[in-house]
Amino acid sequence: MINSSLKQLGAMLQSKQVSSTELTQEFLQRIDQHNPEINAYITIDAERSLAQAKAADARIAAGTAQPLTGIPIAQKDIFVANGWKTTCGSKMLDNFIGPYDATVIKLFDEAGAVNLGKTNMDEFAMGSSNETSYYGKVQNPWDRTRVPGGSSGGSAAAVAARLCAAATGTDTGGSIRQPASLCGLSGLKPTYGLVSRYGMIAFASSLDQAGPMAKSCEDMALMMNVMTGFDERDSTSLQRDKEDYERELGKPLQGLRVGLPKEFFADGLSSEVAAVVESAIAEYRKLGAEIVEISLPNTQLSIPVYYVLAPAEASSNLSRFDGVRYGHRAAEYDDLLDMYCKSRAEGFGAEVKRRILIGTYVLSAGYYDAYYLKAQQIRRLIAEDFAKAFTQCDVIMGPTAPGTAFRSGEKANDPVAMYLEDLYTIAVNLAGLPGMSIPAGFASVDGKQLPVGLQVIGNYFDEARMLNVGHAYQQVTDWHSRMPEGL
Amino acid sequence: MSLSSSDVKRIAHLARIEVSDEEAEATLQKLSGILGLIEQMQAVDTTGIVPMSHSQDVVQRLRPDVVTETDQRAAFQAIAPAVENGLYLVPKVIE
Repeated sequence: MINSSLKQLGAMLQSKQVSSTELTQEFLQRIDQHNPEINAYITIDAERSLAQAKAADARIAAGTAQPLTGIPIAQKDIFVANGWKTTCGSKMLDNFIGPYDATVIKLFDEAGAVNLGKTNMDEFAMGSSNETSYYGKVQNPWDRTRVPGGSSGGSAAAVAARLCAAATGTDTGGSIRQPASLCGLSGLKPTYGLVSRYGMIAFASSLDQAGPMAKSCEDMALMMNVMTGFDERDSTSLQRDKEDYERELGKPLQGLRVGLPKEFFADGLSSEVAAVVESAIAEYRKLGAEIVEISLPNTQLSIPVYYVLAPAEASSNLSRFDGVRYGHRAAEYDDLLDMYCKSRAEGFGAEVKRRILIGTYVLSAGYYDAYYLKAQQIRRLIAEDFAKAFTQCDVIMGPTAPGTAFRSGEKANDPVAMYLEDLYTIAVNLAGLPGMSIPAGFASVDGKQLPVGLQVIGNYFDEARMLNVGHAYQQVTDWHSRMPEGL
Repeated sequence: MSLSSSDVKRIAHLARIEVSDEEAEATLQKLSGILGLIEQMQAVDTTGIVPMSHSQDVVQRLRPDVVTETDQRAAFQAIAPAVENGLYLVPKVIE
C-alpha cells in the first residue's frame, strides 16, 4: 500500500478496500518507527491528521470525494497552517503557531487530503543539504550517512522513505529538484506565478515557487491540479484559467525535440551522473525523441547572479523577524535597538545570517548599481538564452545536480562549494521557467547505489507536456518505483 | 573589493544582527568567498541591457478600496512575545 500511486490509493479508498483513517494510521505508524532516525518531520499532530482522515471518510461515504480525498500528504514547514507549529526550520519561529492557512494548505484541505505533518527543511529554505535546519539534519533514506539535499530535504526523505504518499516543496534555486534528484523521486517547480505564495514564508520573492514532490509524474499531475490557480492574495499570482495537468499523459513522444545544453555536460559534472543521464537520453531516443544540441552560454553566471538577487530579497523579507509581533525575542536587552539585534542574533542560524549580510551589503549605498542592478541585467541575458533555446527544442534535458548525495558535513563549512550544487537548477528560477527532476537510475558510489535525477526544463506554462515527458519515461522504466532497503 | 572585520560589523549593524568580534572575523572569511564568486559578474558587458526584476511582464493589480480582512487581533496577538490591552509591547523609545 505504501508504494501505491495516488490514483491507486484513491481507487482503494473509493472501493472501501481501505479507509483514510487506516491509511493515515499506517503512515503515522511508519513515521513513529522511522522518523526518530530519518528526521524528515519537524511536527506531527496525529490527532489533527486523524480528524482530517475521519472527515475524508465521511466525504467518501457521502460520494463527494475528489481525487486526493483521504490521501495523507506531508507539507513543507514553510507553509503557515492554522493551529500547526510552523517553524521554517528556524529557532526564530520555534514558538510560532500558524494563525491562518497558506493558500496551498487551504487548497489541499479543500481537496480532502490529510496533512500528516510538517517536514524538515533548511532554515528559511537557505541550503542544499538540509543541514542548516535548527531541528537537526535529515538522513537520506538511500544512505543514512548522506544528506537528502535541500532545502526541501524533509519532504524528499519523507516521500523516499514512504512516510507519506506525496509532499509539497518550494524551490527558489533548486530546492525541490535537487533533493528529488538526491532521494530518487519526482519533483516539479512550476512556472513562477502558478502556485500562490500566500502564507508561504518568503525567502526571495521573485524566485520562490511551490510545487509537488512525489513518486511519479502522474502523482505530480494530480497534485498540480489541486495546488495551482490564481490567488488574489498573492500580488504575483498569474490570472489564468485552471488547467488539467493530466490531459497530456499517455501521448506518444514521437517527434519531441529535446535540447541538450552543452554547458550542462561540461566541467563540474561527475562522470557517474553523466553516464546515468546519457542512458536516460538514449531511452528518450527510443521513445521517438529527436535530440538537438543547444547552448545556454550564461549558465555559469547564474550562480553569482543568484547570490546577489536572492540574498538581497532575503535581507528585505527577513527584516520582519524583529521580535516584536511574533517569533523569538531575546530575554535580555538594553533598549529597542538592542532587542532587535539580540533577538535576530539568537534566532537566526549562521547561513541565514550570512545571506542577510550579503544582501544588506549589495543593497547598501554606493553598491546598488555594481551588484543588484548588474545582476538584474545578467538575469535578462540568462532568460534570453532560454528563449532562444526554445526556438530549437520543445524541452531541455540535463542533469539536475552535478553529483549524487554527498556525506553529511562534507560541504557544511564551505558555502561556495554548497552553492555549486545548484549550478543546473538556478537559471530556471531566474528565468521563471518550469523545471522538473525525475529518477533516471542509480550510480554506484563507495559501494552504495545512489539515485540520480534527470532534469527536464520546459517553456512557460508547459507543465502538462513536461509531466507527460516524464510519465512516458516512467512507463518504460521502474527507477521511480524503487524503494530504499530497510523501510 | 575586499572586506574588513569592521565592515562586517557595520553591515551587521545595518541588518540589526549583533555580532561579536570573533564572529565577525569568522564571518569575514566566508563572506569574502561569496563575494569572490559574485565578482565574476563584473566581466560581463551589460551596457544597455534592461534590468529584469521579474520573469513575467505583469502589472500590479488594483482592487476595490473596500475592507476585506476580518478582525483577527486576538489570534495574531496570542503568539506575540509581549502584549497589553491589545497593543504590542516594546522597550521605551521616548524618554
